Amino acid sequence: MDILKEIAASLERGEDDRVAGLVRQALEERCAPLDILNRGLIAGMDVVGEQFRKREIFLPDVLIAARGMYAGLDLLKPLLAQEGVPSAGRIVLGSVRGDLHDIGKNLVAIMLKGAGFDVLDLGADVPAQRFVDAAQEHGATVIGLSALLTTTMPVMKEVVELVRARGLAGRVKVIVGGAPVSEAWAREIGADAHGYDAANAVERVRALVAAGA
Amino acid sequence: MRQRVGWTAEESLPGRGEVLRLQGVPAQLDLPPRIGALLEAALAAYREIAEPRALIGGISREEFREVHRGEGRNAPETPLETVLAGAERLALFVATVGGAVTTRIHDLFGSNEPALAAMLDSVASAAADRLTVLLGALPPGPEGGAGANGARALAYSPGYCGWHVSGQRALFAFLDPGEIGVTLNPSCLMEPLKSVSGVLVAGPSGIHRFAPAYPFCRECRDQPCRARNAAFSTS
Ligand code: B1M
Repeated sequence: MDILKEIAASLERGEDDRVAGLVRQALEERCAPLDILNRGLIAGMDVVGEQFRKREIFLPDVLIAARGMYAGLDLLKPLLAQEGVPSAGRIVLGSVRGDLHDIGKNLVAIMLKGAGFDVLDLGADVPAQRFVDAAQEHGATVIGLSALLTTTMPVMKEVVELVRARGLAGRVKVIVGGAPVSEAWAREIGADAHGYDAANAVERVRALVAAGA
Repeated sequence: MRQRVGWTAEESLPGRGEVLRLQGVPAQLDLPPRIGALLEAALAAYREIAEPRALIGGISREEFREVHRGEGRNAPETPLETVLAGAERLALFVATVGGAVTTRIHDLFGSNEPALAAMLDSVASAAADRLTVLLGALPPGPEGGAGANGARALAYSPGYCGWHVSGQRALFAFLDPGEIGVTLNPSCLMEPLKSVSGVLVAGPSGIHRFAPAYPFCRECRDQPCRARNAAFSTS
């Protein structure tokens, strides 16, 4: 089997320990880092994501694969940076101010990285202004906001308003998610999208980026 | 009167099925060995670092009505009003599995162990939930162990059943759980994260049944409550 297919297959089989070794081997065989990323790691994670959406595999399987993906990605990142290869899109992500809960946001970050996005994770308890500052500073086209309780959801509205106030609307899109957050809430505050779960967040971010965020 | 309660990590350990449910793994699945191994590793980590504890304090019906009113943001009608009518004893509680678990989860995410981090998160969540069951089973005492005379004590929490989550402030003001290391931030989030709060209501088991047909029931994701009340469902 060609080495790139082998990388993808080991991610699909949950053989996370093998992935870094295979990526190293592919580099030694002079495969281009971008090919290893797209046809090896991202191709494998795409299959994993699809199987997860169809409920053929479960969250732990996805996260085991993600571990392998990261180990491989760590080897590729410096090389991709050297070659100036652009990512699928840059997104600033965090749990909003007052919200210390970050497991959901972490899962969204993992799935987005697995799909080839460059994710700047600001962590938890992030004030509205930091999201927008970070998006401007790092040229991100999407801001992702996560909240656990209804009491922290208003910060999402602050972010949307700040994006508008700084004249970034349309160029920087906002996606919201978290247990108490709904599509209706996203519409009410003027966010560009709502992600139901981590897999859905990837689809929605892809659509935002494709629509020219 | 308030009572501090402590358990060993082992006593608070949740069932494997409950943890897997939080992970979205169906109960009937033949557990693949790699998921089984993760689960055992997460349970072992929990055993090593969890410090489950609670503060519980009896409260009169009148005092509780005031606490429940909170900041006046509850749903216009809530099942607790009816449940209270048949209650024999009430006790406010705050319980936590401690902060070390959350720190470990964070560290695991940071060191490329997301699967173990997420599994430990589910173990700790299920354990925190289990503390309310353990509290409900405490022998009755002046401090408010609520399960008297064959009565069934069930917990109701701010953020559920139309009780607005901002009600946490009045609950914390009454119980003052600082001595077990739980604090409330301005957004009504408890720290440590894996903590639960609420009121234990003891009384004949029938008082806990209500038709889950309130407007907020449509958005609630708490399935066990639906199962308990299924017989009363009007839908
Ligand atoms: C950028 O784009 C995106 C897109 C998608 C995004 C996104 C961003 N961010 C998240 N997503 C989405 O993708 C992620 C992965 O699929 C998902 O992220 P989540 O973070 O939602 O999912 C996690 C990976 C797993 N999910 C979870 O961890 C939450 C699951 C549920 C059942 C839940 C749990 C397990 C717990 N809880 Co509680 N809890 C509930 C939850 C109800 C539910 N079914 O969702 C919720 C969040 N809890 C609630 C409440 C009220 C509370 N909880 C509490 C406690 C607990 C436990 C400790 C028992 C436990 C752990 C809590 C924790 N977060 O660590 C209390 C608060 C704790 C605190 N520290 O203050 C307490 C206040 C109850 C109390 N009084 O004790 C409710 C909030 C309601 C509200 N109105 O605010 C709640 C929605 C339940 C309900 N009523 O239906 C998606 O939301």
